[in-house]
Amino acid sequence: MFTWETLCSRWCLVTSHKLYSSVYDPNEKTFEKLLIANRGEIACRVIKTCKKMGIKTVAIHSDVDANAVHVKMADEAVCVGPAPTSKSYLNMDAIMEVIRKMGAQAVHPGYGFLSENKEFARRLASEGVTFIGPDTHAIQAMGDKIESKLLAKNAKVNTIPGFDGVVKDADEAVRIAREIGYPVMIKASAGGGGKGMRIAWDDEETREGFRFSSQEAASSFGDDRLLIEKFIDNPRHIEIQVLADKHGNALWLNERECSIQRRNQKVVEEAPSTFLDPETRRAMGEQAVALAKAVKYSSAGTVEFLVDSSKNFYFLEMNTRLQVEHPVTECITGLDLVQEMIRVAKGYPLRHKQADIPINGWAVECRVYAEDPYKSFGLPSIGKLSQYQEPLHVPSVRVDSGIQQGSDISIYYDPMISKLITYGSNRAEALKRMEEALDNYVIRGVAHNISLLREVIVHPRFVQGDISTKFLPEVYPDGFKGHKLTDLERRQLLATAVSLYVVEQLRSQRFLGTPRIPIAKSKRSSWELSVHLGDGIYPVAVSKDGSSFSVEVDGMKLNVTSEWNLASPLLSVTIDGTQRTIQRISRNASGETSIQFLGTVYKLQILTKVAAELSKYMPEKAAEDTSSILRSPMPGTVVAVSVKPGDMVSEGQEICVIEAMKMQNSMIAAKTGKVSHLRSLKTICNLSNRIEFKKEKRRILVVKELSLIVVSLSK
Amino acid sequence: MHLYPVEKSLQLFPFSCGSAAPTVSLLFRVWLPLCLFLRRIITTQAISSFGGLQLLNGPSVADQGKLTARERILLLLDPDSFDEYDMFVEHRCTDFGMDSSKNKYPGDSVVTGRGRINGRLAYVFSQDFTVFGGSLSGVHAQKICKIMDQAAMVGAPVIGLNDSGGARIQEGVESLAGYADIFLRNVLCSGVIPQISLIMGPCAGGAVYSPALTDFTFMVKDTSYLFITGPDVVKSVTNEDVTQEQLGGAKTHTAVSGVAHRAFENDIDALLNLREFFNYLPLSNRDPAPVCECHDPSDRPVPELDTIVPSESTKAYDMLDIVHSIVDEREFFEIMPTYARNIVVGFARMNGRTVGIVGNQPKVASGCLDINSSVKGARFVRFCDAFNIPLITFVDVPGFLPGTAQEYGGIIRHGAKLLFAFAEATVPKITVITRKAYGGAYDVMSSKHLRGDVNYAWPTAEVAVMGAKGAVQIIFRGKEADAEEEYVDKFANPFPAAMRGFVDDIIQPSTTRARICHDLDVLASKSQSSPWKKHANIPL
Repeated sequence: MFTWETLCSRWCLVTSHKLYSSVYDPNEKTFEKLLIANRGEIACRVIKTCKKMGIKTVAIHSDVDANAVHVKMADEAVCVGPAPTSKSYLNMDAIMEVIRKMGAQAVHPGYGFLSENKEFARRLASEGVTFIGPDTHAIQAMGDKIESKLLAKNAKVNTIPGFDGVVKDADEAVRIAREIGYPVMIKASAGGGGKGMRIAWDDEETREGFRFSSQEAASSFGDDRLLIEKFIDNPRHIEIQVLADKHGNALWLNERECSIQRRNQKVVEEAPSTFLDPETRRAMGEQAVALAKAVKYSSAGTVEFLVDSSKNFYFLEMNTRLQVEHPVTECITGLDLVQEMIRVAKGYPLRHKQADIPINGWAVECRVYAEDPYKSFGLPSIGKLSQYQEPLHVPSVRVDSGIQQGSDISIYYDPMISKLITYGSNRAEALKRMEEALDNYVIRGVAHNISLLREVIVHPRFVQGDISTKFLPEVYPDGFKGHKLTDLERRQLLATAVSLYVVEQLRSQRFLGTPRIPIAKSKRSSWELSVHLGDGIYPVAVSKDGSSFSVEVDGMKLNVTSEWNLASPLLSVTIDGTQRTIQRISRNASGETSIQFLGTVYKLQILTKVAAELSKYMPEKAAEDTSSILRSPMPGTVVAVSVKPGDMVSEGQEICVIEAMKMQNSMIAAKTGKVSHLRSLKTICNLSNRIEFKKEKRRILVVKELSLIVVSLSK
Repeated sequence: MHLYPVEKSLQLFPFSCGSAAPTVSLLFRVWLPLCLFLRRIITTQAISSFGGLQLLNGPSVADQGKLTARERILLLLDPDSFDEYDMFVEHRCTDFGMDSSKNKYPGDSVVTGRGRINGRLAYVFSQDFTVFGGSLSGVHAQKICKIMDQAAMVGAPVIGLNDSGGARIQEGVESLAGYADIFLRNVLCSGVIPQISLIMGPCAGGAVYSPALTDFTFMVKDTSYLFITGPDVVKSVTNEDVTQEQLGGAKTHTAVSGVAHRAFENDIDALLNLREFFNYLPLSNRDPAPVCECHDPSDRPVPELDTIVPSESTKAYDMLDIVHSIVDEREFFEIMPTYARNIVVGFARMNGRTVGIVGNQPKVASGCLDINSSVKGARFVRFCDAFNIPLITFVDVPGFLPGTAQEYGGIIRHGAKLLFAFAEATVPKITVITRKAYGGAYDVMSSKHLRGDVNYAWPTAEVAVMGAKGAVQIIFRGKEADAEEEYVDKFANPFPAAMRGFVDDIIQPSTTRARICHDLDVLASKSQSSPWKKHANIPL
């Protein structure tokens, strides 16, 4: 007889990831029940493997996640607290309580949250619950930047050569710099981030850098220490996946190239890297394994390296958890990393030898985020996914997601929608499929970064493999503006848009049944239209021939054919033999339509020639002057307010800081003026996206959907 | 500028100019006068088509951001489908120098006729502001009445494009009589053919009652005004300082007074939207709701509905999300979107067939019923009933809004309108209880008891007299601590109603679209009647 559980697990067997081939040995004893201390896609990912292995799963969730996908997928689910992560997914007491109550034998922490929390690992150990990850010692050692670097040095892992301490004079600085090798970076030790950082390429510049930096160190920080470090020009971020067991075996599972980043967050990852040759790969892998062995590492882990243009690599840090981008490694090696982690945690030795680890084909992963890529490469957006359809009909596509149509993207958690992974026998094939997958991905209701992802993967520099961590700011120095249409592409877009318009117009004349007053059938077969796209107005002539259209734009004739299904979110169109998948995002009676074409959404207005001519008589409506109002670009919580009513502020001055989805944003005055009033509000955003405002002592701003007036400036 | 085509006017005459060689006498006796006569016809038509634009000192419509009367018709109707009536009519006023030839305009201050919108017949009048400010003369009214009479006879909607300064003062009572003639026809046509008014300029004084009597009144933002008395009179009578826009602009009437049903950005936007709106309507009360070609599968599952209602019954959600996801292609033509937002009404299609949607909006005032929302809902329900448009009602209503403001305002009387409208309606009525259906409001919202044809409940439905907390306080006077849980168990679910047959089925929300489409197919042949009466006495 089938029970619900067996049905579910059988279903999962059938539909589980196509892209890894780890065999599950049903005779191997494993945990009976496992708790996943995480949410979203990674919780779903772990549950999938658990189902395959026949392990019962317990999900935890916050109250806003009660209907989340991971909750539905798990065999059991328990609420551990309200929406803020500190009270739910980070609430160790509540999670420990659930573990005891549900009788979970092991805990998989996923990534983020408690995955690298040694206290959590310690508490689990003290209660005899297995933590699926390395032991406390390794977490602690690798969690400390200085200690991990020291350990790495001792394990003969390349580290960035440098000096941190008091430098007596310029000569000493030069001596240190020569020892390290040019170029070097000089800055005050106390200064955070890249502040006051100077790059020196020779002795002269070193002396100069020393003078400025030591002055700054003394005056700004009152701390004489300087940091002189090897400067890595155009670095790549390449990491090695390691897998170790409790019996002293460790493997390196090849590298992942994660150089495409914005604000130190990875956006596009791939495995293998175009840059590494087998020797470098082996050297990096062996050093990574050496480090893992040095800390008696068990489970899956990642050793991150910076690689310079001459293939010198330097240890950055080690992540003692499953990485977000682990699927690309799974694709090329065929291993199920979660399964291996569970086996290792249960105490089994690794089944593979280093020689068994292949590089089969190429895999690319794009992180699809709910964010607006036109604002500093991605500012979070929230909302309900009114339509959502993953491109699983495209071959060799894997989508790791924890959401579904109707899910809310809330301000409380990471705005990641999914990880889109494509696989091919070579890089070109994987990228081609990625392009197709991105075009076929339907996400409505929230802003998303598909346009940016699609631009990156077709950019000539990316295609050639010429990338570094500075790729995005270098390629888009003025910010990302969406795809730039070539003349041909513009004609294709116009032709598709007007064809759709005509199809819609013709359909609105087709009524079913026999009306009392006969309908005057239009015999029209050609239309003269005027399309407004961007700054241009394009006259377009369309004529219909069966189900295809002949469209004349800029004196060129294009032939457009399609099935013209106006209800489907995806539309496959063939324009003069070129196949394109487009998405019509919206349309209205005023002729306005927005179409996603080559990843970017274009707004068009299509009018008949007569209407277009008359539209010049229509009054131009002045846009609202928003410069005296400060609006938050996204919903969030105000963590600091730097002004009070009555203060004079100048243009560009910071007014407050908003935190949303793990990001702090400084809100800046758009013009000079006086702060007339501030509102003190707090938001609580719940599942249904209603925002409640509560008066609080703390000045907290909040924001519904897009805007709430926070500060008014007056002259 | 749309000129009446010369070839078309020539067709009016069955004579062929190119026939056998004319004799001299024929030339003088027939052809010459005919040529002169033809010239007069064509000239008059040309003059008429220019309206008041022929005067250089006439008010420039372009400067005001408005289109001319004929341009509007050109955009509203299908190309080359307009057949104009009464182009030669001139006003008959002789006082105040009105009989001078420079004060005569063939066609006077309105353009009337019939045409096609997406192939379907519609009668149209478009007031011409360039002729005496579009003021209403006796013949102006006569022209409008003529097309209204014919529209009622044929059974096709009348669309009025209003842009008029008011009565033709020079004509005195004749102009007032004209208004009354139109009002009478508005009333007689009400419920027979759909009547739509689009206010595209000023509409003041008595003139406002014609739009008020029609089924739908739309406005153009910034260029249209509707008021009984203008700001000057208001100032002199009540000493209030108010601008035209504040007193009777599109924003006032769509958000505050509820006089207008929707406002559009400009003339073109309004006319294009009107074309789209027209497609939802049947031509008359003799016709069924139109069915369009539909690409959206009628059995499309809507998975997001399974999680759309929050687990806590105090949390809000957007009823429009439900409506958009269920209807064809997410297209919903909302009526009065900015007025009484605690109820959502509008037109959509289900498997191609026009339906009227009514839904409580939990996002605004918890979706309670108050005076404004009851009246808004009632009028919409009655329109749908009059014109054979099936009604789909989504219920999440915590009850009627309490308070002195509501009681003094007559919520009893106004709430009764919605109850009356639903009870009286004989079109197919499908009801879905998504969450709360409390108290009298449960009865009102197209319940089984008011002849609902198919009533569904989602698993999240709570059909009860009131919320658990209040109920327990009354039953136990606060003595029973765990009684609240008992009440929740008993009533905060769809079972009690389902067990009694008050809901026909408890359905998986994701199947709602498929169920409704199927029901509509079956109910298309519904026939139901009420006892004979002259007319019902709705509590106005």
